[in-house]
Amino acid sequence: MRDEDVLVLEEPKLSAAERMYLPQIMTGLRTTLRHMFNLRNRDAVVREYPEQKRELRLDNYRGVHRLNRDPDGRVACVACFMCSTACPADCIHIEAAESPWPDREKYPVKFDIDELRCIYCGMCEEACPVDAIELTPHFELVGTTRAEMIFDKEKLLNIYDQTKDLKPRKNPPITDYGLTGGQDREVARPNAHTTT
Amino acid sequence: MPDTPTKTYDLLLRRRSTLIIAAVGAAVLGGGLTLVLWPWIKPLLSAQSTFSILLMVAGIGILLSAFAICTLAERKIAGFVQDRRGPNRVGFWGLFQPVADGLKFLLKEDFIPARADRPVFLLAPCIALVVSLLGFAIIPWAGEIHWPWMPAGHTVSTQVASINVGVLYLLATGSLSVYAVVLAGWASNNKYAHFGGLRATAQMLSYEVPLGLGLLCVLLACGTLRLEEIVQQQAASGVWNVFLHPLAFLLVLISTFAETNRTPFDLAEAEQELVGGFHTEYSSMKFAMFFIGEYTHMITASALMVALFFGGWAPLPFGGFLADSTAWGWALVKFGIYAGKVSLFIGFFMLIRWTIPRFRFDQLMRLAWKGLVPIGMAMVVGSGVLVALERERNVFWSLVVNVALLSAALGVARLSKQEITGRQANMPEIEVGPV
Repeated sequence: MRDEDVLVLEEPKLSAAERMYLPQIMTGLRTTLRHMFNLRNRDAVVREYPEQKRELRLDNYRGVHRLNRDPDGRVACVACFMCSTACPADCIHIEAAESPWPDREKYPVKFDIDELRCIYCGMCEEACPVDAIELTPHFELVGTTRAEMIFDKEKLLNIYDQTKDLKPRKNPPITDYGLTGGQDREVARPNAHTTT
Repeated sequence: MPDTPTKTYDLLLRRRSTLIIAAVGAAVLGGGLTLVLWPWIKPLLSAQSTFSILLMVAGIGILLSAFAICTLAERKIAGFVQDRRGPNRVGFWGLFQPVADGLKFLLKEDFIPARADRPVFLLAPCIALVVSLLGFAIIPWAGEIHWPWMPAGHTVSTQVASINVGVLYLLATGSLSVYAVVLAGWASNNKYAHFGGLRATAQMLSYEVPLGLGLLCVLLACGTLRLEEIVQQQAASGVWNVFLHPLAFLLVLISTFAETNRTPFDLAEAEQELVGGFHTEYSSMKFAMFFIGEYTHMITASALMVALFFGGWAPLPFGGFLADSTAWGWALVKFGIYAGKVSLFIGFFMLIRWTIPRFRFDQLMRLAWKGLVPIGMAMVVGSGVLVALERERNVFWSLVVNVALLSAALGVARLSKQEITGRQANMPEIEVGPV
């Protein structure tokens, strides 16, 4: 930035009426009174929350996480640690093990997300190469202890079961990871980001 | 996700019928008790001393319930101004919210900081509450009452105490409330609280001056310090003092905002700068006492302004209606009118809170000493001249003096280099360094 780009503004001089303040206060009172008695505007804006809920955008609202299942009902995660690496709040804890299934190398034995640490930025969803972790539009998270708010694999899979009708998986699931010579990955994911 | 089942008591509370049943029940109970005890109540009502005691008891009850309503009204008005609905969960339309608040205050931990000055820390909220209740003694709520069983010509006054220094007493008790704030700030052993207390001292002392000057104009013209006589004069002549002394009213109104620590002069408890100011360290009922004190102070101040400028219980600003009526039925009507005017004032106080931002401390001082005090002094002189010329009850001449003073003030404001707000002439130049 150059010096000549800086614009120094003088404070506007107040007129005599403005220095008396009273006319300005009257203007302000008119505004507050208008809002006070504008019932129509209030009714249009206010939602009585627990009874009336906002209509959230299902496709991109960032609520609680879920772990997707593949068509066979198995956890879709391949325990690549991309999400826990991308996580700025450091709230994803994964323990990987060798996969019992022939189509992938690893799977998570443990997959814990600390929902109290999470900042719901959605970086994990961006990072996931197999679209296994996704954020759902469900935001009413309640717990009475901290331990209760650490969601494990079962709970996250359970959220998938509850929300899969509300919000289907974004991309078709990857069924074959190139291990058994199936479809090419780029073909299976038409919306996948191309990385450089 | 599964919905939480609604509790039964919740449903009960939120129904309008619950409220109606409670109100009718209270009315029936009170009415029945009064009927049964009527022979004993009668003589108490007709002697001034016992009537004053009854008024005190009733007054404190009414005041504390008025305080409860005020807290709800404040939050409702705050909500409405911001296009919200305000509290509407506890009871129908949120009407049981004060009850819930009160319960919360009672159940909170009563905390005293370890290094606090204990006796003073405990004394401060008591001063805040008691001092603000004192002012009520001289508010003439409904003029004189003649009960049907009293001998002709005898009346009782609906005023706890009729004292000859009336307004001075109100000023004295009103300015005592600064002790509550200062002592609270000092005893808390907390920097923020201390700053709040210091600010409050300077502010309240400064604004006593224009308040006194504004009142002086009215008192000069009325020739009495007794509130009931001032109200009676206005009711009889039918000319409210606000038409005779509009500038004095403005002065008193502004000073009252400062005296009661309300926005735009709530520097003592400025949340954004001082956390909570003088009551940062207070919790539970001790905090509630400050809270009650603030609202009662506001009600007293409104009642004072209504008595001095808006004719007290006089229903209309002309005609002199109800001036000589002493029937108890009319007294009820008068009380209703008085209470209505006071609630309008309180509503105005609350509306102003959401309209004007807070002053900076130097602006506050400048407004008092360079703005209000000179105008007030000029007004006292003007008012004195009117009294000397025996024109003090004349609306035309009063308005001439007021308009002349206002234009003089405008002229001075135009000519002066110093502004109340904004950048001051004696402040250093803004230097723009290399970017």
